[in-house]
Amino acid sequence: MTDAQNSTGLSIFSPPEGAPALFSYTLHLADTALILGQRNSEWCGHGPVLEQDIAITNISLDLLGQSRNFYQYAAALYNDFSTQEKEQVNHYIPRLWKAYNREINEDDLAFLRDENQYLNLLLTELPKGDWAQTILRELFISAFQFYQYSQLQNISDAALAAIAEKSIKEVTYHVRWSSEWVIRLGDGTAESNRRLQQALTELWPYTGELFIPASYEMQLIKKGFGTDVRSIKNNWLKKVEAVFTEATLSFPSGGGREGASWYQQGGKEGQHTEYMGYLLAEMQYLQKTFPNVVW
Amino acid sequence: MRMPVLNAETIFDDKINAEIRIEPKDWMPEKYRQTLIRQISQHAHSEIVGMLPEGNWITRAPSLKRKQILLAKVQDEAGHGLYLYSAAETLGISRDEMIEQLHSGKAKYSSIFNYPTLTWADIGAIGWLVDGAAIMNQVPLCRASYGPYSRAMIRVCKEESFHQRQGFEILLVLCQGTEDQKKMAQDALNRWWWPSLMMFGPHDSDSMHSEQSMKWKIKRFSNDELRQRFVDMIAEQAKVLDLTLPDADLKWNEVRSHYDFGKINWEEFWNVVNGNGPCNKQRLEARKNAWNDGAWVREAAAAHAEKRAIRNTVKVA
Ligand SMILES: [Fe+2]
Ligand SMILES: [Fe+2]
Repeated sequence: MTDAQNSTGLSIFSPPEGAPALFSYTLHLADTALILGQRNSEWCGHGPVLEQDIAITNISLDLLGQSRNFYQYAAALYNDFSTQEKEQVNHYIPRLWKAYNREINEDDLAFLRDENQYLNLLLTELPKGDWAQTILRELFISAFQFYQYSQLQNISDAALAAIAEKSIKEVTYHVRWSSEWVIRLGDGTAESNRRLQQALTELWPYTGELFIPASYEMQLIKKGFGTDVRSIKNNWLKKVEAVFTEATLSFPSGGGREGASWYQQGGKEGQHTEYMGYLLAEMQYLQKTFPNVVW
Repeated sequence: MRMPVLNAETIFDDKINAEIRIEPKDWMPEKYRQTLIRQISQHAHSEIVGMLPEGNWITRAPSLKRKQILLAKVQDEAGHGLYLYSAAETLGISRDEMIEQLHSGKAKYSSIFNYPTLTWADIGAIGWLVDGAAIMNQVPLCRASYGPYSRAMIRVCKEESFHQRQGFEILLVLCQGTEDQKKMAQDALNRWWWPSLMMFGPHDSDSMHSEQSMKWKIKRFSNDELRQRFVDMIAEQAKVLDLTLPDADLKWNEVRSHYDFGKINWEEFWNVVNGNGPCNKQRLEARKNAWNDGAWVREAAAAHAEKRAIRNTVKVA
């Protein structure tokens, strides 16, 4: 199959050639949503005030729902793959599942892979930290997802476009909620401002990765897939800058438009932080202890 | 003109007798107010502390679907806490004061939450038994004489019945699963059964607050009546699960048309109430930590709101 042309004259993505890359990319979207949802869910029952305990749990629930949609789509793609296509993504397929002799499903993908098979952004796996770290990360990721999903809504892959369209309503709320909190903490007291500034120093080095396409993203871009994280950096920065201004927050040296001299990266290709192994050990414990049972 | 107190009391009594709800602005006996504050705040605290044992399994839930259901359930309990704190606030006590009473040990919460959740099956057992017992206790409270309380309970009860079904379903899947899973379910039932019977409180003959509460129509049925209904319901549902209730004396009594059941270990109950349960210390500490660690966040939010209000006034002027 060759690339088709759509009515705008742009070449549009057409499986099956790019299908393995589409699968990996879908896993990346799923993993990012799941791992952030997992981290945010650690607040449930421990929030600073009841209303916000409920709010952060809502966001976890949205992210978890998004991840399920992405995993289910990834599983469907994989189950329909030819032997050759399966071979091409074999390095992301969990070893345990291979002994199950049945189709792969969302839980196999979410719970059974090895650490280096997860493709989430590093930012999502960092510990939840204090409230300042949690809400600043939420702003960074939700603003990113907002622009990412906005692009995805318009791609020719109907399934991903539909998930993006549904998710963007949720993400719009996440951006609003986290922006309001960043402003509140920045403007609030000397201590809240200090903690927020501290969170910024810690999280900023992980924001570069958001805008660097992974290998599978590059393959899709070449095929005219219709989304490119490089093209959303500007909008993202504008949004973050606007919130920071209201929050009287200043970029760490080397932050902002001129960019940092060094960014942490690797999550999107399976190279994670030391935090990731513990997160997975906890999350995967039952699925790995009792393989292939119904829960 | 001042209304004589005697007259106000008569109006109050008449309303109670006529099943007319008492509302926040109505006159009420001080003891009625205090009883309600104690009961509603204790109930609110139970919802909030109750988030902890189940919250213990959120990050370890065995599937995405189960994680979603559990997270939503624990979040519901936070919502119940909110409704109930609001209902109690209509009686002239602030949420902060109530939380202070919880942390100082002056206010209690349901003792059941001082037991540990050791396996995934405990999440099923809690939904089935603990939410099940809560429903038994709470459905009659939907008709409690104090308006804001009864309205809060109506909202709460709707969600509790979902929780019970979800808990039962967790156990059903385990019981239809592998031998290991079934064992896990039976083990959870063994540990949660007796504590859940204790949730109905002491026998009627030993209950301190019951009689007056019945007269005021805050309470409608006695502890023992509700406990019996619960046993009758669970004994039947356990058959569907093919699980055994850990009570050798449990058997159907044709004459009473109820299940007979064994003696409750009240010594254990009072020990857990008085702080000696397996998790009393951890539960209270977790609540205090959340509150203390969140202090700077609440202060920042208040400071920001104040600054904004001033900025807006300046703008208007
Ligand atoms: Fe509840
Ligand atoms: Fe409940």
